[in-house]
Amino acid sequence: MSKRPITVSVDRLLRKRDTPAPRKLPADERSCPKCQTHWTSDEMRRNMRVCAACGHHFPAGARERLDQLSGGAPWVELWPELRASDPLQFVDLEPYPDRVEKAEAAGSNEALVVAEIPIGGHDCVAAIMDFSFLGGSMGSVVGEKLARACDRCVERNLPLVVITASGGARMQEGVIALMQMAKTVVAFDLMHDAELPVIVVLVHPTTGGVWASFASLGDVTYAEPGALIAFSGPRVIEQTTREKLPPEFGRAETQLSNGQVDDVVDRRELPARIGKVLGILERPSGMAPAPAVTMARAGAERAANAARTLPDLSRRVVSKVLRSDDKGGR
Amino acid sequence: MSVAARRGGQFVRRLAHRLGGSPETGSAIWETIQLARHQDRPYPLDYIERLFPDFEELHGDRLYGDDPAIVAGIGRGADGPMVVIGHQKGRDTTERTYRNFGMPGPEGYRKAMRVMALAEKMDLPVITLIDTPGAFPGSGAEERGQGGAIARSMQTMLRLRVPSIAVVIGEGSSGGALALGVTDRVMMLENSTYSVISPEGGAAILWRDAAKAKEAATAFQPTAANCYRWGIADVVVPEPAGGAHRDHDEAARLLGGYVSRAMRELQALSPADRRRQRRDRYRRIGAYREVAVADPTAMASGVDPASASNGGGSAA
Ligand SMILES: [Zn+2]
Repeated sequence: MSKRPITVSVDRLLRKRDTPAPRKLPADERSCPKCQTHWTSDEMRRNMRVCAACGHHFPAGARERLDQLSGGAPWVELWPELRASDPLQFVDLEPYPDRVEKAEAAGSNEALVVAEIPIGGHDCVAAIMDFSFLGGSMGSVVGEKLARACDRCVERNLPLVVITASGGARMQEGVIALMQMAKTVVAFDLMHDAELPVIVVLVHPTTGGVWASFASLGDVTYAEPGALIAFSGPRVIEQTTREKLPPEFGRAETQLSNGQVDDVVDRRELPARIGKVLGILERPSGMAPAPAVTMARAGAERAANAARTLPDLSRRVVSKVLRSDDKGGR
Repeated sequence: MSVAARRGGQFVRRLAHRLGGSPETGSAIWETIQLARHQDRPYPLDYIERLFPDFEELHGDRLYGDDPAIVAGIGRGADGPMVVIGHQKGRDTTERTYRNFGMPGPEGYRKAMRVMALAEKMDLPVITLIDTPGAFPGSGAEERGQGGAIARSMQTMLRLRVPSIAVVIGEGSSGGALALGVTDRVMMLENSTYSVISPEGGAAILWRDAAKAKEAATAFQPTAANCYRWGIADVVVPEPAGGAHRDHDEAARLLGGYVSRAMRELQALSPADRRRQRRDRYRRIGAYREVAVADPTAMASGVDPASASNGGGSAA
């Protein structure tokens, strides 16, 4: 709560003197909603989409975040071929497949991107949510990718870094989406048995079924400044209880004082902080894995085998029940 | 597949036949939702009274308070001593207010976890009875860690060494229901529902109009028959003719029989096998496609990561 806002730009941290003075221009997506300072695309990118004038954190896409975390070092995306299907043939104001198609056309393939990546010189698996893809909602693909990410960690003895940004379970996949909550808890349990660290970074917003499952189960949990972190959003609470909530409700700083997160960390400091924790928790290489690790490996192998049969299973489930899943690849 | 599950399967076929073999219509689904929420429908304490003549309710999470939206305790029934935990809605206005309409806060889930720890210590099977519109949305619940409480309740259930059975007896909505639902077997009563969110909640979010609850219910298709077909429920438990609210004794007798059978199967397994199967059960749930990746920067499946390259430093 007492944290001073960090208003230093990366350029200044790097002792560059060429940070241009803030300009005021007509509002667009590069204008800070807090202080109205306007930034060029390049300035935004170099400053990790944080307003250098006031510290406001703009939304960032999953791939851009991977670049930020690796400091520009190459990373490899895993399982980009996993895509949403429509098990319920769900139509609300718009059919679910149309929503997915639009979201895919906007550039992401799903609400979670998984990659093998070095952070601060430490190899790890990173699972980054993308709020721009259907509100970062957790459906079957998010659950499966996160489960595979944990399997990969166990296989290769790597830590897991997760960045969450989600409105919760993906309504359009119904109760199957709900079950992904349990699936992600299973995945994190494999990390537990393998004695591998899980770092979770909660970014704006992390709500609903994501906060009520894996996002709450990190070994070390950070939040970005101003991020809304809640099971129920303020609007739902106000409608249900007629409470009037203060603007700081559920914000990262409030959740720090509530004891729900370990620290509020500026995005520009995240790579270093994560690297530091990975360094502290790193095991000397060549050290024999604990007995639990062998068990977890066996568990991960079984899970991987189960995963191999999964497309069949899901196709079977989907086609048998709803005969809807033969749109095939696009 | 287990005996109970097969019996459930026969029952579902019977149910499907009764529905004319075609998918349930919107109005049939809406009728089920009304039945699942019927105010005379048996609640956990009604089942407990009939199945566990000796029952001792336990109170409090030992951290902050006691949540009347969740009842938990120990009881001795036909299959020996067990731990029973359930969402308890109220029947009349006073009790509904007292029990917060069966919407638990973190204290409820922490009480559940505390009683599960007793089950572990004393080697008692765990039965959960699910019936909630969802976890309570309130600022106090959030401050005291609603999200973490739900997550840790699932984690606790996943790690249990003792056998566990969850039964959706009424409406199972959202993470507030699933928090008590990560078990070896999941059963659903014939007229119960299991969904990602209540129809009203879904309507408010997706249709931006809570009055579109019927449309939402039709879209979510949260009935027991569907959940069985999707592999979410292992067993569908029949109810007395007309619904469980018509005959509490018969509803409890039917449920008791299914629980006994499943419990015998589970007790034949080792704790390690139960835990492994429980993990695999949830690990397997999902419906997705695998497409040929057109994006040249993305790695194709099976390619050695070392030989593939991706867009490091390529942000737009
Ligand atoms: Zn600003």
